[in-house]
Amino acid sequence: MTIANTKTFEALDLPSPPRAERLKLGMADTMTLTRRDLMIWVRNPAFMFFTFIQPVMFVLLFRYVFGGAIPVHVPGGYVNFLMPGIIAQSAAFASFGTAISLARQLQKGVIDRFRAMPMARSAVLLGRLLADAIRLVVTVLVILGVGYLVGFRFSNGVLAAIVMLIFGVLLGVTICTVSAFVGLAIKDEESVGSFGLVWLFPLTFVSSAFVPVRSMPHWLQVFAANQPVTIVIDEMRSLALGGPLALHAWESLAWMAGIAAVFVLLAVRAYRRAT
Amino acid sequence: MSSPNDAGTWKGPAILVENVHKSFGEVRALSGVNLMVEQGKVLGLLGPNGAGKTTVVKILTTLLKPDSGRVLVEGRDVVRSPAAVRDIIGLAGQSAAIQEDLTGRENLDIMGRLYHLDSETRRRRTNELLERFDLLDAADRPTKGYSGGMQRRLDLALSLVALPKVLFLDEPTTGLDPRSRLGMWEVIRELVAAGTTLLLTTQYLDEADELANQIVVIDHGKVIAAGTSTELKNRVGGDVIQFEVVERSRLGEAAETVKSLSRSEPVIDYEGGSVSLWVGNNGSHALVETVRRLDSLKIHTEGLGVRRPSLDDVFLSLTGHGADEAEGSSPARRRRGSRRHQKENL
Repeated sequence: MTIANTKTFEALDLPSPPRAERLKLGMADTMTLTRRDLMIWVRNPAFMFFTFIQPVMFVLLFRYVFGGAIPVHVPGGYVNFLMPGIIAQSAAFASFGTAISLARQLQKGVIDRFRAMPMARSAVLLGRLLADAIRLVVTVLVILGVGYLVGFRFSNGVLAAIVMLIFGVLLGVTICTVSAFVGLAIKDEESVGSFGLVWLFPLTFVSSAFVPVRSMPHWLQVFAANQPVTIVIDEMRSLALGGPLALHAWESLAWMAGIAAVFVLLAVRAYRRAT
Repeated sequence: MSSPNDAGTWKGPAILVENVHKSFGEVRALSGVNLMVEQGKVLGLLGPNGAGKTTVVKILTTLLKPDSGRVLVEGRDVVRSPAAVRDIIGLAGQSAAIQEDLTGRENLDIMGRLYHLDSETRRRRTNELLERFDLLDAADRPTKGYSGGMQRRLDLALSLVALPKVLFLDEPTTGLDPRSRLGMWEVIRELVAAGTTLLLTTQYLDEADELANQIVVIDHGKVIAAGTSTELKNRVGGDVIQFEVVERSRLGEAAETVKSLSRSEPVIDYEGGSVSLWVGNNGSHALVETVRRLDSLKIHTEGLGVRRPSLDDVFLSLTGHGADEAEGSSPARRRRGSRRHQKENL
C-alpha cells in the first residue's frame, strides 16, 4: 500500500553550503540568466528594432515637429535641451519590457520551474536588471548617434558626457526596479502593459524632459520641479551643456539609490510570494 | 557543491508525505494527505481539477510550504532543507521551462549552467539527451517551431539535465495528440527502467494505468483510494454494461431509460456515441433489462455487452464524477482522445 504508517523515518541532517559558496553560485546564476535574456534579445531582430525605433521617433518628433514651438534658453537651441531629456525618458520607458517579461514568466510557470532548481532566488531579478542595464547602454548610444545627426552637441567635455550617459542608464535601471515590482506584483501580462502607461507617462512627461518646468501651470510645477526624473534630467543637462554640476548630482544619486533599494526589496518579496 | 548523485545513504522511501495540511486563506487545499513512493517506482496521482494534485506537487518541489505534516524527498525535509531537495529533483510538465526563441541545444545548455555543470559535462549531457529524445535533427532550430510532442520531450529533457533521483511530471501529456502521447509514454518508461523514481499527475486514467505501479486518487484534498490499478478495479467490482447508439441524437434518451438500473449516473461518450453504466453484481439481469427497455423505445444499438470496469469507472464510483471534470471546468480543458467521456447533465 501507498499509505505510510508502518515505520518512522528520520530526515537526513544536511548542512547548508557556506555563504561564500552560495554567493559565488548566485553570481553565476545571475550571469546565466543575463546571458539568456540577451540571447533572446539578439535573436529577435524585430524586438531589437523596436527597442530603438520608439526613442528615435521621439527624437525626430520633438526635434522637428514640436521643438519649434517650445522656447528654451539653452546654447544651441531646443535640440540640446531635448537630448538629455529624451535619453532619460527612453531609459524609463525601456522598463516596460522588464515588467511584461517578469509577469509573463510568472504566468507561464517559468519562474516556478526556476524556483524548484538549486539556483539563487535573487538571480531571476538581478539577471534581468543586469540585462536591462546592458540593453540600456546600447539604446542610449543609438539615441545619442541619432541626436548627433540632427544637430545635438555636447559642450562640456568628454568626461562630463560619459557621466551623463551613466546617469541616464542608472535612471533606467532604477525605473526597471519599480517595473520589476509592478510585474511581479500584478502577475498579468496585459494588465501590466496597460498599468505601465498610467505611471510611466506622468513620471516622464510631467518633468523637465521635453519642456521647461516653468512653462507648466503652477500647481503642476510643484510636482514637476521636485520629482526625481526632473532632478536627474536637470543634472544630465548640466553635464551635457555645462552648468552648476554639483547642484543635483548627489540629490539625483540619493533619489535613485533610495528608489532602487525600496523597490528591489519589494520585488524580492513579491517574487518569494508569487507562485 | 555536492553532485546530485553522491548522497546515497538514504535507504527509506524516495517520497514520504505524512499527514500534510495546506490551506489558502479559507480554502482547504489538502487535509491530511499521506503518500509513500519506494525508490525506483512510479506513483500516479489522480484527481479532478482542483482536487489538490498540483498543491501536492508544489509542496514536494519546495514551491509551497505545508501548514503542517512532514514531507521528505530522498530523506530531505522540504521545509528544513529545501536546497538539498532541489539538488536531487526534476520537475517537468507543460513545457513551461522552454524559452522558445532559443534552440533546443541552447535551452539545454542554459539549464546545465543553472545546475552549475562544467562545460564538458554540459556538452556531453546535451548531446545525450537530444539523441535519446529524438531531437538531434531539430537541435539547432528555435524551439518555437517545434511540434507539441517535441516541446514536451524537450521539456522533459530539460528536467533531466542534472540526473535527478526523483522526477515530478505534472500532466506531461495534457493536450497532446494520441501519437505524441504514446511517444511520451515510451520515453517515460525508459526513464523508469533506468531507476528514476517518478511521481506523475494526470487526468488520464489510461495514462496512470499504463505507467504507474501505484495509483493514488485524491479528491477535495484527501486521499480517497490507493493501490495498484488492479486492486482499484477489484474494489469497484461488478460489471459495466456498454452499448453504442446508432442514432446519435437519441443518446440522451437511451441513457435516461437505463439510468434506474444503476446506483450511479450513466456515462455518455458523445464522440464514440456510446453509453456505459456500472451495474454492480447484477450483470445478467441488468443486461436483459437494458435490451428490453431499449427495444421498447426502438433505439437501435451496436456492440451491446457486459465488460469489467476500467479505471474510468473506478474514478466515477469513487468521486461521483469523471476524472476530467471539476466544478467549473471548461469544455476546452476536457481531454481529447478516443476515450472521451462526459457525465450526462440530466
